[in-house]
Amino acid sequence: MYHLSLYLHFVKLRIRSQMEYRFSFVFDLFSQASIAVIDFFMIALLFNRFKELAGWSLWEVGFLYGMIGVCFAVAEMVGRGFDVFQNSVVRGDFDTILIRPVGTFFQVFSHDFLLRRVGRFSQAFVILLIANSQLTISWSFVKVGYLLVSLVSGTCFFIGLFVIGATSCFWTIQSIEIINIFTNGGVFMGSYPFSIYRHWFRHFFTFIVPLACVNYFPALFLMEKVTSSGVSSFGVHLAPIAGFLFLGITMLFWRWGVLHYQSTGH
Amino acid sequence: MIEVENLSKTFKVYRHRKGFFGSFVNLFSRKHRIVHAVDSVSFSIQRGEVVGYLGPNGAGKSTTIKMLTGILVPTSGGVTVNGYIPHRQRKENAKHIGVVFGQRSHLWFDLPVQESFELLQRIYRIPQVQYNQNVEMFDALLNIGKFFRTPVRQLSLGQRMRADIAAALLHNPEVLFLDEPTIGLDVVAKARIREFIQQINTERQVTVVLTTHDLDDVEKLCKRVILIDKARLCFDGELVALRRLLSTERILSVDYAETYSDISIPKTNITYQEGNRVQYRFSPEEISTADLIGAILQKFKIVDISVQEPDIEELIKTVYEDNLTLEQKFAEADAIDLTNRKSMG
Repeated sequence: MYHLSLYLHFVKLRIRSQMEYRFSFVFDLFSQASIAVIDFFMIALLFNRFKELAGWSLWEVGFLYGMIGVCFAVAEMVGRGFDVFQNSVVRGDFDTILIRPVGTFFQVFSHDFLLRRVGRFSQAFVILLIANSQLTISWSFVKVGYLLVSLVSGTCFFIGLFVIGATSCFWTIQSIEIINIFTNGGVFMGSYPFSIYRHWFRHFFTFIVPLACVNYFPALFLMEKVTSSGVSSFGVHLAPIAGFLFLGITMLFWRWGVLHYQSTGH
Repeated sequence: MIEVENLSKTFKVYRHRKGFFGSFVNLFSRKHRIVHAVDSVSFSIQRGEVVGYLGPNGAGKSTTIKMLTGILVPTSGGVTVNGYIPHRQRKENAKHIGVVFGQRSHLWFDLPVQESFELLQRIYRIPQVQYNQNVEMFDALLNIGKFFRTPVRQLSLGQRMRADIAAALLHNPEVLFLDEPTIGLDVVAKARIREFIQQINTERQVTVVLTTHDLDDVEKLCKRVILIDKARLCFDGELVALRRLLSTERILSVDYAETYSDISIPKTNITYQEGNRVQYRFSPEEISTADLIGAILQKFKIVDISVQEPDIEELIKTVYEDNLTLEQKFAEADAIDLTNRKSMG
């Protein structure tokens, strides 16, 4: 309860201070949404020529795209503190976090809230809705629940990636750029059905960096494509757990990293 | 209250090769050397003490404070603060200590002071009554009410420092760590902050550990000083003792009314002479200040006279410049002490 009310208080303060720069806020909102629209337009263009991709229609791919977009937008919105964590380390601000009687993970997590990601979120969400209206998914309570869990899990997955990048700062001061390959690259990759990728690649993004588990497999289940894809249906049911597990493991990594913090100066 | 035993911290410092090729090589092989920032330091501090933790730049002052506050994990040795091990029981420790860094604010940059305080109230779960009392008291002493609604980023350095110190005391900590609290402040602001620290110490029995470059801070606030140099502890005791130990010699400046041909006084050395202004160096053990002044007044007419006690900073500097360690100085002082006692006996 203490943490929740503290978190909400932080979010309230952040939102208010971001609203102070109203013009820049609105401008950002629109520019982001329009970039994202162009983004999807490119995919649509591709389908205008090829009609389908590995047995997936445009709106099926649109569904994938919407799912991953929603997850990434929310992750960027709430996980911003980890995304920009290297600044805290460079400035020595992490010292301040360590003198407070609250967990470090929680403090960094609640440090920032990027409201303007609402633009990207709503664009992805709209495409998800349109895709759904074009497809004939037979929704049930189980499926709605499964979708929600998958979205939360996908968000956790991306936050986990931010946490890895942030934790690396304890050794390297600068965040490792390679993480961007997985975050931004992950959004791109997740926008297409995984069956188009090579074998080893699919395995890597299933078992090591579980991107497929929070996006592709859940989409298979929701669109009832499991049997035709040849993926084990047991695995697909369990897949969304991977995002939570991934975040859990990165949290342990974070705890270990904090012990190696060297501060600045002597 | 604070127990430190054989505390050490070493850092690995990587050597960076220069140039484009060098930075490429750095990726694969990084040579490092070990830097001892703090080297088996031991001391203990009782409740209600105000201790000055001094040393030249890079001596390891901040590193020690960071280990006491749970920011850094010690390489070896033991620390307890209020009975907690700071790096293992960081959160518990944090509830009972207040920390102020002179170099940067621990408040929220874009929030008004008041909101920063209210946020701290939530974080430390400070009861409303206590919060109100504290804010009222800090306003009375530090006049923070004047800028209570100003965002922290717009405060002057002096205001920011006052806000920071007040904020660090909102949760009634038993120990207050101040790392360079008066750095960059003007005389008035310094005096105000010193007065406040003194008051907090006497009224609330808050233990204060203070690192500073400003020896005025030390002289005004600390009875006890701990001196570290090159990561090692080299003095721990009363300020008076350190002063006595180092300042065996004093300077007497005289402005004579007339020009005299022979102005030498027995048991003193003339260190400076320009016109009618003369400085004598003397040791109070050989000739007392009163006797010296008496001797001068007997022989000459004077306009002005003053005795300077060398300030600690200079004395510490001479210790370093002479390349003498304080331990040597101690040994010498002990020897003198011994011979004095013998001769007296």
